[in-house]
Amino acid sequence: MMLSLSSGAMVDVDAAHLIMRARHRRRRLVLGSAIALLACAAVISISVGATGVSIGALPRVLLGSDVAIASQDRLVLLDIRLPRTLLAALVGAMLAVAGAMMQGLFRNPLADPGLIGVSSGAALAAVTVIVLGHGIARDVVSMLGIHALPIAAFVGGVAVTGILVLISRAREGISISGLLLAGLVIGALAQALMGLIAYVSDERELRDLTLWTMGSLAGSSWTKVMGILPFAALVLLLLPSLMRGLNGLLLGEAEAFYLGIDVERMKWLVIVATAASVGAAVAAAGIIGFVGVIVPHMVRLLVGPDHGTLLPASAVLGAALVILADIVARTVVAPAELPLGIVIALMGAPVFLHLVLRRGAHV
Amino acid sequence: MLLLFKMTWRLLLLAIFAAPVVTGPAVAADADRLSRIVSIGGDVTEILFELGAGRGIVAVDTTSQYPASDVKALKNVGYMRALSTEGVLSMSPTLIIASGGAGPPEVVAALKAAAFPFVEVNAANSPEGVVEKVRTVAHAVGRETESRALIERIEAQFANLARARGTISSPRKALFVLSYQGGRAVVAGSKTSVDAMFHLAGIVNAASEFEGFKPISPEAIITAAPDAIVIMRREGGTTAHEIASAQGFASSPAAKSGRIIEVDGSYALQFGPRAALAGTDLMRQVYPELDASAGQ
Repeated sequence: MMLSLSSGAMVDVDAAHLIMRARHRRRRLVLGSAIALLACAAVISISVGATGVSIGALPRVLLGSDVAIASQDRLVLLDIRLPRTLLAALVGAMLAVAGAMMQGLFRNPLADPGLIGVSSGAALAAVTVIVLGHGIARDVVSMLGIHALPIAAFVGGVAVTGILVLISRAREGISISGLLLAGLVIGALAQALMGLIAYVSDERELRDLTLWTMGSLAGSSWTKVMGILPFAALVLLLLPSLMRGLNGLLLGEAEAFYLGIDVERMKWLVIVATAASVGAAVAAAGIIGFVGVIVPHMVRLLVGPDHGTLLPASAVLGAALVILADIVARTVVAPAELPLGIVIALMGAPVFLHLVLRRGAHV
Repeated sequence: MLLLFKMTWRLLLLAIFAAPVVTGPAVAADADRLSRIVSIGGDVTEILFELGAGRGIVAVDTTSQYPASDVKALKNVGYMRALSTEGVLSMSPTLIIASGGAGPPEVVAALKAAAFPFVEVNAANSPEGVVEKVRTVAHAVGRETESRALIERIEAQFANLARARGTISSPRKALFVLSYQGGRAVVAGSKTSVDAMFHLAGIVNAASEFEGFKPISPEAIITAAPDAIVIMRREGGTTAHEIASAQGFASSPAAKSGRIIEVDGSYALQFGPRAALAGTDLMRQVYPELDASAGQ
C-alpha cells in the first residue's frame, strides 16, 4: 500500500517535470516563431511600397554608385520606409506591452491602456493642439512646428498618469479597482472635453481630428524614431522587475503582499511604464486601438499567463502585427493610404474572434 | 497569334522605356518640369485644366472632381489632408501644386524637401483670392500668357455678379444645410466658404451667429426663418423633398415657397475658377424675379 502510493507520487513528479519541460519548449518555440515573423514583416515592409523601389536597391543606395537614381531610392528606402518600419515596430511593441501590463495589474483580460485614461489624456492634448493651434495657442504651437502634436500627446498621457499616481499616493492603499475607477472617470472627462473642442473646431480641424483618431504612420521620420526610443529603453529597463511583480499580482493583491512584493511600488511602476509606452506610441502614430488587447491575449492563449514570456512575446508579436498592418495600409489603395487603426481593427477582429471561439470561453 | 506577339513586344518595349521614368524623377525634373504634375486640391486642378496644363497631370486628390471625365482617368493620391509621402513619390512627380489645405504637415514637409518643386496655393475665399490662385498656378506652370484671358474672364464674371448684387432691393436669408441626419441638421455659420459664397450672391446667411459648421436645433431653424435653404447634392443624400417636410424646416418661408436649392459642393464651395458662375447660379435661384440678364 505504502509502496504503491509513493511510486504514484514519483510518477506525478515525473509527469510534472515533463509538463514543465514541454511548456518551456513551447515558450521557446512561440518566442522563436514570433521573432521570425517580426523579421519577415520588417523585410517585407522595407521591400514594398507605392514606388517600385525594392530592397535589392539597398546595396546600390548604400554604395551610392549612380548619384541621380540613388538619391530617389535612398529617400524611399532610408528616409521613408526604414524609419516607418522601425516606428511601426516600436509603436506595436509598446502598445502590446502596455496592454499586457494593464491586464496583469487589473487582473482583467479586457483591461487596456485606454481604460485608465492614459490614451484619452494623450488624445485630448493632441486634439487641443489641432484645434487651438490656429487660435489662442498659435505662438507656442508654431514654435514647436510639426513636433507640437507628438509632444502634446505625450504630455497629455503623462499628465493623466501623474493624476493617477497622486490619487494612489494621497489615499495610501487605494485598491486597484479604485484606481481603475479613477482612471475611467478621468478618461470620460477627457472624452467630454474632446467633444467640446470638436464642437468649436472648424471643418478642416474636424477632418484632421477625425483622421488623427484613426491612427497613421504616414508622418514617420527619423526624428520621431529618435523621440520614441528613450521611452522604449525606459520600459525595457523596467521590464525584469515588472515581470516578477506582475506574476506575483496574478495571485491577488493580498497574496502578492505576503509573497514580499511591494504592491504600492508595483502599481505606480506599471502606471509609469504604461504612460511612457502609450504616451510615446500615441504621440508617434495617433490612436491605434486593439493591439493592446489582442496581442497579449493571443500570446496568453499560446503560452499561458507567465509574464516572463508574456511581456517579451507580446512586444515581438505587437511589433510584427503593426508592421504587417501598416504594409496593408500603405499598399492596398496606393498611391493613397488607409488609416492604420482601421486596418488593424479590420484584420485583428476576425483573427481574435477565431482564436477565442476555438479555445472556448476560458480566456 | 501575330497580334499576341506584337502586344507582348509592345509591352516589353514599354517596360524597358517606362522603367527609368519610374525610378528617376530627379533626372526627368531637369528635362521637363511639366510632364508629371501632381495636383492636390479641386481648385488647383480646375485651374490647371483651364490653363491647358491638364495633360501634364498624372495624379490628383479626392477633392478634385472637375472636369469629371478627365479627372476620373487620373491616378488618385487620396484625401488631401491624409497624403502619403511614398504614395505621392510613386507618381514620380516633376512638380507638385497643392492647395494650402494639403496635409498632414510631416508629409508636406517631406515632399517640400524632395528634389522637385512644391508650389503651395493659398488664398482667401474671395474674387481677389480666386485671381491670386490662378496667378500662382500659372506662374508655376509657365502659362502666364494663357492666364491673362482666364483672369479677365473671371474678373468680368465677378464684376457682373457684383452689378447684379447691387440690384437686389430686399436681401433674402438662406440657410446652408451640410447634412441632415436623424433629425439633426448641421448648418454653415460665418467664416465658412458657404458664408463667403452667400455674400457674393447677395444672400444673407441665416446662421451667422456662430463660426464654422455646427448642429442646430429645430427651434433655432424656426427662429432663423430662412427664405431659402441650400443643401449639398449627394448620391443617396438628403433630398430637397425630405428637408421640406423635416421638423423646423417645414414651417420656414423657404419650404412654403419651395425655395430649396441643391448645389454641387465642388462647384459651389471650392472657390475655383467657376466661383463667379456658381455665385450667379445661386443668386438666380434665390432671386428668380431678378432681371434674366443679371450676372451675364
